[in-house]
Amino acid sequence: MQSIISVQALTKAYASGHQALKGIDLDIRRGEIFALLGPNGAGKTTLISIICGIVNPSSGVVLADGHDIVRDYRAARSKIGLVPQELSTDSFETVWATVNFSRGLFGKPANPALVEKLLRELSLWDKRDSRIMALSGGMKRRVMIAKALSHEPQILFLDEPTAGVDVELRRDMWEMVHRLRASGVTIILTTHYIEEAEQMADRIGVISQGRIILVEEKARLMAQLGKKQLSLQLQSPLAAIPEEFAQYPLELSADGQTLVYTFDAQGEQTGIAPLLRRLGDHGIDFKSLSSSESSLEDIFVSLVRQPR
Amino acid sequence: MTSLVNLYAIRAIYRFEMARTFRTLMQSIASPVLSTSLYFIVFGAAIGSRVGAIDGISYAAFIIPGLIMLSLLNESISNASFGIYMPRFSGTIYEVLSAPVSYFEVVCGYVGAAASKSLILGVLILITARLFVDYSVMHPVWMLGFLLLTSVTFSLFGFIIGIWADGFEKLQVVPMMIITPLTFLGGSFYSIGMLPPFWQKLALFNPVVYLISGFRWSFYGVADVSVGVSLGMTLLFMLICIVGIAWIFRTGYRLKT
Repeated sequence: MQSIISVQALTKAYASGHQALKGIDLDIRRGEIFALLGPNGAGKTTLISIICGIVNPSSGVVLADGHDIVRDYRAARSKIGLVPQELSTDSFETVWATVNFSRGLFGKPANPALVEKLLRELSLWDKRDSRIMALSGGMKRRVMIAKALSHEPQILFLDEPTAGVDVELRRDMWEMVHRLRASGVTIILTTHYIEEAEQMADRIGVISQGRIILVEEKARLMAQLGKKQLSLQLQSPLAAIPEEFAQYPLELSADGQTLVYTFDAQGEQTGIAPLLRRLGDHGIDFKSLSSSESSLEDIFVSLVRQPR
Repeated sequence: MTSLVNLYAIRAIYRFEMARTFRTLMQSIASPVLSTSLYFIVFGAAIGSRVGAIDGISYAAFIIPGLIMLSLLNESISNASFGIYMPRFSGTIYEVLSAPVSYFEVVCGYVGAAASKSLILGVLILITARLFVDYSVMHPVWMLGFLLLTSVTFSLFGFIIGIWADGFEKLQVVPMMIITPLTFLGGSFYSIGMLPPFWQKLALFNPVVYLISGFRWSFYGVADVSVGVSLGMTLLFMLICIVGIAWIFRTGYRLKT
């Protein structure tokens, strides 16, 4: 299937000489939720800004639904909605006026029913006649989302959508993103919150110092790198792991007090129950047990820390 | 699906800008009308009654075209520059930059609204002047033509200033430090012919002289320079502004990095 966004050999050097993007190749699949992870200054916002037409690329090609974003900007941009990171809204306009403004700006005829539906979904309907400056930060964020969705885009960019957003709004936003995906919208989000990418994304891309260093299905990524460990604090120390347990991936701590069992977190059979039963059969008792999981965060940190 | 011109976008920007104007009615309409009225009272009625007629026109009537130009230039510039500067300042410009709009459409929206406001203002001042002075318009079509041309040209100029400015001070500097002096020295209150010969020559380098002269001609049929030259100079200045804006958008100057 043709990718909905195709970025080819994209570079960006700012006038200051800062090389923000050093040759990005990236394909976003139609209908997926793609999370772009990266530390501050990695180039996330620059990449999004170029695709959306706010920043000029230095070289390279970007196609949005097959349309070149520079040569065929009209067709490309009409498919894209953007919610930028910064809260930038007009102050004196009403919510209703600003959302309708956005729809017109993107070349769509007025559609009050659609705007009403959007505002209701984003819990903004009661505030439709309020001036934007009278709204809270979270409400302003919702207004920006409503503006971005007002022209029914097929691709939605959310740049750090939940930065500084309260728990309730974050939950609402996640629900909305899933609803949008179900209706066929492709969503690309950048985030600092790894849990967010973990919970929402179908695929994850990691960008660091202007390069994409990894693009992977989230499930595969977690499976490849995501291991769980079960630690058993033993009743009495062991000198060595009994031979009967050689088939298990077990490790014994130096003091013989702790037995560590590593298993695949994504696997169907973790093998924990039979292991515990057999340990009991062999008279190996444990005082307590704990488990730990290498989260996406650990993976992420190890990735961006890797020397390149 | 994608039409040749994004009319919806032009209309959206135009409406947005006009809504801003009507929100700030006191500042954008009432205050220039009031200050122009004060000029009429002081220079037209009080002092003007002691000043002789110029080119056979009573002084109070003589200054009307110049006073309208004074307001028109300042308001066109400040309205258009503010219109494009504000989104840059607040960050909302991102939306215009990411929208499927051409530069032509953006300029149509912003400059069209600024020029419309100037036209409304010009007509309001004309009506207000009627309360103080009895005047007639010899060539009404030309008069409206000059009004329109000046409004559009100086709104284009204001648009450039709004892009160039990187602070509120710069927004004020050009109208205050350049346009107002040029207008005062451009024959708002006197005929260029009243100046000593050297200053007459120098005045011809002042573009506002041509605007006021042409505009005054449309009222009374008398002018400092021929109406053709006035029209030509106005069109030339407009062309310069259009070229400037085209350059801004081609290079992304102060809009896109």
